[in-house]
Amino acid sequence: MMTTAARRKIRPFDWRHNPGFGIFSLAVMSFLYLPLVILVVYSFNANRFVTVWTGFSLHWFTRVANNGDIRHAAWVSVLVGVLATICSTAIAIAAALGFERGGRFKGEAAANSLVMMPLVVPEIVTAITTLIFFSSIGFHFGVLNLVLAHTVFCVPFAMLPIQARLNTIGTAYEDAGRDLYGGEWRIFMRITLPLMVPGIMAGAILAFVTSLDDFLISFMVSSAGTTTLPVYVYGMMRLGVTPEVNAISTILLVISAALALVAFLISRPNEAGAAAGTAAAAATATT
Amino acid sequence: MLNKRSAYWLILPAVLVIGIFGAIPLLISLVYSFMSANPYGGVQAPMTFGAYVQMLYDQDFDGSLIFMPDYFWIAFRSLYLALATTILSLLVGFPVAWYIVCQSPTRRKILLTLVSLPFWINTLIRTYCWILILRDEGLANKLFGWLGFISHPLPLLYNQGSVLLGLVYTFLPFMVLPIYATLERLDPRLIEASYDLYANRYQLFRRVIWPLTKPGIAAGTVLVFAPALGSFLQPDLLGGGKQLLIGSLIEMQFTSSRNWPFGAALSMLVTFAVILSLAWQRWRSKRAARAQAA
Repeated sequence: MMTTAARRKIRPFDWRHNPGFGIFSLAVMSFLYLPLVILVVYSFNANRFVTVWTGFSLHWFTRVANNGDIRHAAWVSVLVGVLATICSTAIAIAAALGFERGGRFKGEAAANSLVMMPLVVPEIVTAITTLIFFSSIGFHFGVLNLVLAHTVFCVPFAMLPIQARLNTIGTAYEDAGRDLYGGEWRIFMRITLPLMVPGIMAGAILAFVTSLDDFLISFMVSSAGTTTLPVYVYGMMRLGVTPEVNAISTILLVISAALALVAFLISRPNEAGAAAGTAAAAATATT
Repeated sequence: MLNKRSAYWLILPAVLVIGIFGAIPLLISLVYSFMSANPYGGVQAPMTFGAYVQMLYDQDFDGSLIFMPDYFWIAFRSLYLALATTILSLLVGFPVAWYIVCQSPTRRKILLTLVSLPFWINTLIRTYCWILILRDEGLANKLFGWLGFISHPLPLLYNQGSVLLGLVYTFLPFMVLPIYATLERLDPRLIEASYDLYANRYQLFRRVIWPLTKPGIAAGTVLVFAPALGSFLQPDLLGGGKQLLIGSLIEMQFTSSRNWPFGAALSMLVTFAVILSLAWQRWRSKRAARAQAA
């Protein structure tokens, strides 16, 4: 305490101390979170008329859980999410190793831009170009179409945390393994892969959340019978504000937020920035 | 270090999957944009520029073209709403990023998590929350009525303001995170040095912090501008279909209007705008790097 007080005296300008910025940031955080809190509170309202509060109730959650269409849509979402996560994470592990451990190779920048492409192209463009692609080659295999479309945009989200993890591990352990005459495959299985696990888990979770959250691409690519949960919920929203929509939205909100938080916690402090702000990592990758 | 050949093999699956299911569809759509519409959805020969002509002209019964600015205004509205979203996000996001950088490492981590968490929450649901707040029987109107400000509900929803609000709400994290990333790498000694040279807070910002943060701002600008330009959910849910933007117009060509070439042509327009903004960002960051080196 004394030291800071003494420093203030010598240095009247403390650049880390900016009056007003704290309150402003608090207001922005409230702006980001209050609407979500309001939704969650309303979803527990017993009244049919959403904005008239009559009491706490889980009624709408049980109604949603007993709705056959919602259950089917949820099943499709989970199926597509799990399959897309497995495919994209496998692809991402290989790609992260190639980019992080391959040194500088010809075409590296071009390949990296291609892999990051799904992050910059607006969703509507990806959605309709995918639709056109599947229709032009006559590829109509229901869930498989969705899995392929989701895998494409999940790869960068799965890759960034893995790449960040590889970056923090560094090559020292692997080099030590080479000095001890370990073969490349043995080094990968015994050193690199175990050390990569937190990054892989974070990447897989974020890929799953991205797939689960996707609306527009699924909306364009899904056919009758392969409606995902967000697409179904959108249909409900178009008919108006109902307590059922609030309940299902709250469920989706809590699942995404919880999974994302788990992913942040798994990744080590140094990588938290990259895992938390994939956008930031993508931005630094492009600059 | 792996050898170069294994590096190629390792990135091959990613390149193939994204190339085939991400890049090739873009090229096929480019071809589609030059074809004629099939009334049942899909396309047919012959190749024309029709879809692009349709953006500005309407064909009369006798085949002559009449200038029709409807689509031009939709494109213009999309462009200025995307720009307004970018500017507002920058004005709101920069102070937040600066505030986060000034905190202790633990608080930084918490705040960063709080800023990035909304990014992982479904945009559909985040947008829907604002319907609950802004509609006639919504929370905002109830609150205003209860406070005695208004006797009739204000039309807060289904206008350009509500669409803009929804866009800023959705894309704000994309602005804060890259700015934060560059501010974090800023050398604090430069700030101390400028104080020692009697710079005030404004000069410090204008002459030191702003120039050094430009790459982050450029990255944030692209990350906000590109998705805002092609946005579909915010104008659809918060604009109530009255505030047609280019994203909704594209979607309509594949659902209700069944004019695939026109939809493909519009997507090419959006893609072209995004490529332009990316090129601009590259140019800015290269220029910043040169300036720093000099």
